Amino acid sequence: MRESGKGLVLDCRGLRKSFGQLVAVDGVGFQIAEGETYGLLGPNGAGKTTSISMICGLLARDAGEVIVDGKPLTSRSVDAKRSVGYVPQDIAIYPDLTARENLTFFGRLYGIGGSELKARVDEILGIIGLADRANDRSEEFSGGMKRRLNIGIGLLHAPRLLVLDEPTVGVDPQSRNAILESVASLSTEGMAVLYTTHYMEEAERLCDRIGIIDHGRLVAEGTRRELVELVGKHDRIRMRASGAIEDAAAAVHGLDGVRKAAASADGIDVIADRAADSLAEILGIITASGVAVASVDVDEPDLESVFLHLTGRALRD
Amino acid sequence: MRTAFLIARKDLRQRLRDKSALLYGVVAPLGLAFVFSFIFNPIQQATFHAEYVIVDEDGGPIAEAFREALESIEGEGIATARALDSVSVAEEQVEASSDVFAADAEDSADAAFLIPENLSESVLSGRGGEITVLGAAGSPLAAEVAYSIAQGFSAELGAIELAVRTAMPRDEQADPESLGMLAEAAARTGSPVSLEDVSASTRQLDATTYMAAGMSVFFLFFTVSFGVSGLLEEKRIGTMHRLLAAPIPQHSIIAGKALTSFCLGIVSMTVLVIATTALLGAEWGHPLGVAALVVAVVFSAMGILAVVAATAKTQDQAGNFQAIISIALAFLGGTFFSVSHAGGLMARLSLLTPHAWFLRGLGDLQGGRVADVLPSVGALLAFGLVTGAAAWVFLDRAVSR
Ligand SMILES: Nc1ncnc2c1ncn2[C@@H]1O[C@H](COP(=O)(O)OP(=O)(O)O)[C@@H](O)[C@H]1O
Ligand SMILES: [Mg+2]
Repeated sequence: MRESGKGLVLDCRGLRKSFGQLVAVDGVGFQIAEGETYGLLGPNGAGKTTSISMICGLLARDAGEVIVDGKPLTSRSVDAKRSVGYVPQDIAIYPDLTARENLTFFGRLYGIGGSELKARVDEILGIIGLADRANDRSEEFSGGMKRRLNIGIGLLHAPRLLVLDEPTVGVDPQSRNAILESVASLSTEGMAVLYTTHYMEEAERLCDRIGIIDHGRLVAEGTRRELVELVGKHDRIRMRASGAIEDAAAAVHGLDGVRKAAASADGIDVIADRAADSLAEILGIITASGVAVASVDVDEPDLESVFLHLTGRALRD
Repeated sequence: MRTAFLIARKDLRQRLRDKSALLYGVVAPLGLAFVFSFIFNPIQQATFHAEYVIVDEDGGPIAEAFREALESIEGEGIATARALDSVSVAEEQVEASSDVFAADAEDSADAAFLIPENLSESVLSGRGGEITVLGAAGSPLAAEVAYSIAQGFSAELGAIELAVRTAMPRDEQADPESLGMLAEAAARTGSPVSLEDVSASTRQLDATTYMAAGMSVFFLFFTVSFGVSGLLEEKRIGTMHRLLAAPIPQHSIIAGKALTSFCLGIVSMTVLVIATTALLGAEWGHPLGVAALVVAVVFSAMGILAVVAATAKTQDQAGNFQAIISIALAFLGGTFFSVSHAGGLMARLSLLTPHAWFLRGLGDLQGGRVADVLPSVGALLAFGLVTGAAAWVFLDRAVSR
């Protein structure tokens, strides 16, 4: 956990929202610093959109606090909302307006105007790859193009905090890659990014820190590494090998970072703190002792297994 | 406010693109007014000629002035007026009863004006007075014209109230003498053989203008509904989330939609007033009065349709409800046929609709005085205010959900 203070763009605490009997969000809170990408990972219905809606001030909350760039934000705020760029889960663009008109309209709502607006719109059209389709109505666009425009609108006013709600759902792999890459480049520009997804790989690839949300509660939070360590702090390395495997295993056992090394029926099993750190050294020692390695299997616990570990359920069901 | 303008500008651009507002706002009403006026108008104008009787029991300067007014209308060939004085009515009836019954169609009268005893004296001393217009039920149009003649006259004097009655049994042409006697009887008893109280002032609009105004206000409700439903459309396509996330006050979203509706309504009505005047020869009346009525009726349409939109769950549902309400109100309000033909209850019910007040206001305006539209403008604004306030409360709650 980080201290609140300098460099903190989003600070939200104790968010709560009920719809009738259903408690959709129950005490969610986290912080995001400048240049940091925070992932909210959870299955459908976990409360990601509801949390985000409260953070962006679309939805009045039952309890909790949201501070963006030092300013408290509620659904009635005007000024604080200027610091937030919001990309809704469902494509939200005007189909009968062109890409340029869509961008221009929302740019004006955020108080940009004149030549600055025009320059900014052109820049965004370039970033989202729609410069040559700028004057076509968005209803004529493919799904991927609409998605990119959807994101472009959120970026237009260069917000301090960009909130993306499952921006890759229903997107072809190529567009998806492009989206992930541009999100990654945004955080290097100092923007704080809040990214929700139910795709484990996206969270792993993009996010500096991840909050796992289930049934409206944040069940765990940390870097990917920290989360995975909740399952067990170790990697399992399994090698199929033949030769003097007993001697080789004993030699490996003495290495730093290796907890356990033992011969198995058809090879050697090693438990290491970090497979990535130790694997080269382990393989070096084993081959040096004359053992032939046929295959190596590193069973690294991933976020999927973290979720399984914490909730007893699979992430995607 | 700046935001409301931004939103309205964006909406209007969208509405121009999808052409539906143009269709409902201009093309359809103009087309129908055109067609209807061709169907109905030539017949009425070609065959219209009325026979009037003046029963002058006053004989003073006011009665004289009224006769002169009638003469000028005779000059235009619309009507023929005959004066009977009450004594002669009685005499003629006695001595020529056989002639009366034998009276052929040419000799029959469509309506009678009763100018009561001492009217001139009463009016000139500032106490006001009353001219009774009696129409034969068999010729309602002629009775309407008679009424508007008297209305015009009383508007000039400003001191005469009109009592208007259609007093003859249907389908029977009345001979002038018996009509005259009826007029007398009516004046004496104070409670005449009243079959129908033709009080709706809408009757003073000529057929073409009535058609044009009726079609315009009928379609106005559809045009305005495009603006009002914009709120539900933003919800449907998800852009409402963006508007809510934007650094703008929430009420400016509703204000923007209201502004859109207002602009659509005003533009549509303005185009229609000008086009029907130029193309069909409709006579809407003094521009100032028409403008006041148009603004007021647009407000009332906005309010009513916004209530419907606020209570609907989806845009489709709202569209259906709005269409039903618009058509029902238009029927009740007499945009398709004049409800005053249908009798007292309908006429009274029609006052629950902005359509009737709008047409009535236009009718009142035909007297030539702009201030005459004020009651109708007031009623329309009241419609708009009450429904608009209710809708605002609903919508404000709905938006922040
Ligand atoms: N407007 C609403 N009314 C009632 N229930 C809602 C509403 N919005 C969300 N929910 C419920 O709240 C829970 C969380 O939904 P949501 O935040 O959309 O989840 P996620 O975005 O993680 O898929 C779900 O059970 C959903 O059905
Ligand atoms: Mg969601």
